[in-house]
Amino acid sequence: MKRWTPCPDWMTLLPNLPLLLRALRAPEQLTTLPPAGWDLLLRQAESANLLATLHALLAERGLLDAILPAARAPLAWADVMAQRHRQATYWEIRLIGQVLEGLGLPLLLLKGAAYAAAGLPPAAGRLFSDIDVLVPEQQLPQVEAALMMAGWAGQQHDAYDQRYYREWMHELPPMQHVQRQTLIDVHHTILPRTAAQRPDPRLLRAAARPLAEPAGAAVLAPLDMVLHSATHLFADGEFDKGLRDLWDLHCLLGHFGATEAGFWDELPARARALQLQRFMYYGLRYSVALLGTPVPPATLAALAPDGPALPLRVLMDALFLRALLPHHASCRGRLAPLADFLLYVRGNWLRMPPWRLARHLFHKAFISPKKPRQAVA
Amino acid sequence: MLTVGTLSPAALRARLAGPGLRLRTGRFTTCLRGDIPSLAAGIAQLYPDYPLLGEQDFADFHLQLQRPCNGRRWLRPQVDLLYDGRRVFRPLPLAQALPMFEWGLNWCVSSRAHRYLIVHAAVLERGGRALVMPAPPGSGKSTLTAALAGRGGWRLLSDELTLIDLDSGLVVPNPRPVSLKNQSIDVIRAYLPQAVLSPAVQDTQKGTVAHMRAPADSVARADECALPGWIVFPQYVAGAATSIEALPRATTFMELAGNSFNYSILGANGFHAMARLIEQVRGFRFRYSALDEALDALPRLDDFAA
Repeated sequence: MKRWTPCPDWMTLLPNLPLLLRALRAPEQLTTLPPAGWDLLLRQAESANLLATLHALLAERGLLDAILPAARAPLAWADVMAQRHRQATYWEIRLIGQVLEGLGLPLLLLKGAAYAAAGLPPAAGRLFSDIDVLVPEQQLPQVEAALMMAGWAGQQHDAYDQRYYREWMHELPPMQHVQRQTLIDVHHTILPRTAAQRPDPRLLRAAARPLAEPAGAAVLAPLDMVLHSATHLFADGEFDKGLRDLWDLHCLLGHFGATEAGFWDELPARARALQLQRFMYYGLRYSVALLGTPVPPATLAALAPDGPALPLRVLMDALFLRALLPHHASCRGRLAPLADFLLYVRGNWLRMPPWRLARHLFHKAFISPKKPRQAVA
Repeated sequence: MLTVGTLSPAALRARLAGPGLRLRTGRFTTCLRGDIPSLAAGIAQLYPDYPLLGEQDFADFHLQLQRPCNGRRWLRPQVDLLYDGRRVFRPLPLAQALPMFEWGLNWCVSSRAHRYLIVHAAVLERGGRALVMPAPPGSGKSTLTAALAGRGGWRLLSDELTLIDLDSGLVVPNPRPVSLKNQSIDVIRAYLPQAVLSPAVQDTQKGTVAHMRAPADSVARADECALPGWIVFPQYVAGAATSIEALPRATTFMELAGNSFNYSILGANGFHAMARLIEQVRGFRFRYSALDEALDALPRLDDFAA
């Protein structure tokens, strides 16, 4: 079954994988986990937004009855919340679909909403914060107007934020439904306009696959969905929920690798066609290292030239292998905050050229109004 | 079964300051940490009868109260509540450490324990049947609850959170201290001289607050569930005569749903649990001003059924 043997350097970098990662890799070992281990495992899982995922994984393997009874309750609570999220997502997808149908546009779903609508493995136990859709850039004004007519309104953003999104980003400012408080992100592509990589959204839309249900909905083709998952994670600068995103990628790779003919052979070329090969390289490297994803050696070898050169690779390993662990006190070494900070800088660096970044950060630091304080207890 | 009361004051403080005190309240285990004298004193006073678990046992909730490291450490000391290391609320004045723990634990249950339909209501049991009392703050719910539990022969199941098991439809006890506010503190001190109350803490968001220790019997019987019996919406009206008005089922349903923390999260299961509950109970609006009259009237609710 195992088609991949670990490279020695990963094993020395991570001699002691956190409990949550060991649980995700080998849930059957949890039947002998003592109470104190469960106590720690569920805390790590909750901090990584993976508590309901753990429940789904145990349920799928038929292990729920074999684990510590006291641990079943919090897992079941998380499952209720995840089911509620999924139900609300289905409902919201339907309503957004009706709006786009009126414009003659397909409902092309991205990320979590796509996994849920297409019934893909990462959807099991996943919580959703917003719904992401991809529309043609020239239709953005009509889409925004139609969504507003249906009750979604832009959140309060000042003129600078509006410009930041509309001129530089790959999406409209997030819109929230005035009654249901649900959020929608309307994308026209999958990386900021100001980023160095410019994946052509027409390629993504042309390859998209329609869903039977709900009618009019579509999701990215398997290769593109995997590439977007890796890009979303590794082009970003914040990793507090990075492990959840890596789990998405791990599940997609495992699923499509086993069900889509030619998936592994075509992945490197498609990554290059969309200029996303570096993100895919990282995606495979850390999904294999942390979650034990079975990736064929030929695919890893084909993407190896797209990775960073050796000195940089050592640094990126040091950063990602810290930032991608659960952001729980039990998994945070002394250097974790530094890794977070450097990756935050890197995320902004990737988003726009240095002079524009400098201007943006200056504006955010000294000119933009401060955010309101935390809610009262 | 070990109880918190078996720990010496020094041992209790050491657990709170060190690995954490693992405390069982009803169906939930909390690991509480905090090196704060008023917290240790409050736990010793309010929780002596509760089961004490070992350091290697599993806990559902991990709460920590700690003084934030900032300039106010000496001038106006504050306390933070951390949920497994994460700050979830704004800091409060240090004197409010014990109430903050009580509110924090209520938040843990009401925002997570979704195997129960959770209603913001006091609940007591008599003869195997539960009296559920949802009410907004200021309606005298806690005062009435303290009186019913202290003198009226009712078993306290919970002062704040009524838990309905989604599978069995039974009320699951969640016995915890009763939160008394403002004038009701003195009312209960006078009405129940034997009651154990924590020191009153002033100027909280709810005014002056003190907690009354739950009766030992209700803590000991925390595993005994109760069949839902009556839903009563109490209202304290100064000088008013005691009055009981039977409510239509639909009104009871809607008002109860409006007081639920997780009715919508539970989706269809929430609706079915609520519907089954409404089938089993009778609903009433209850006005009172005199506790003696209220204690006399509530056991005879069935006589007032429509």
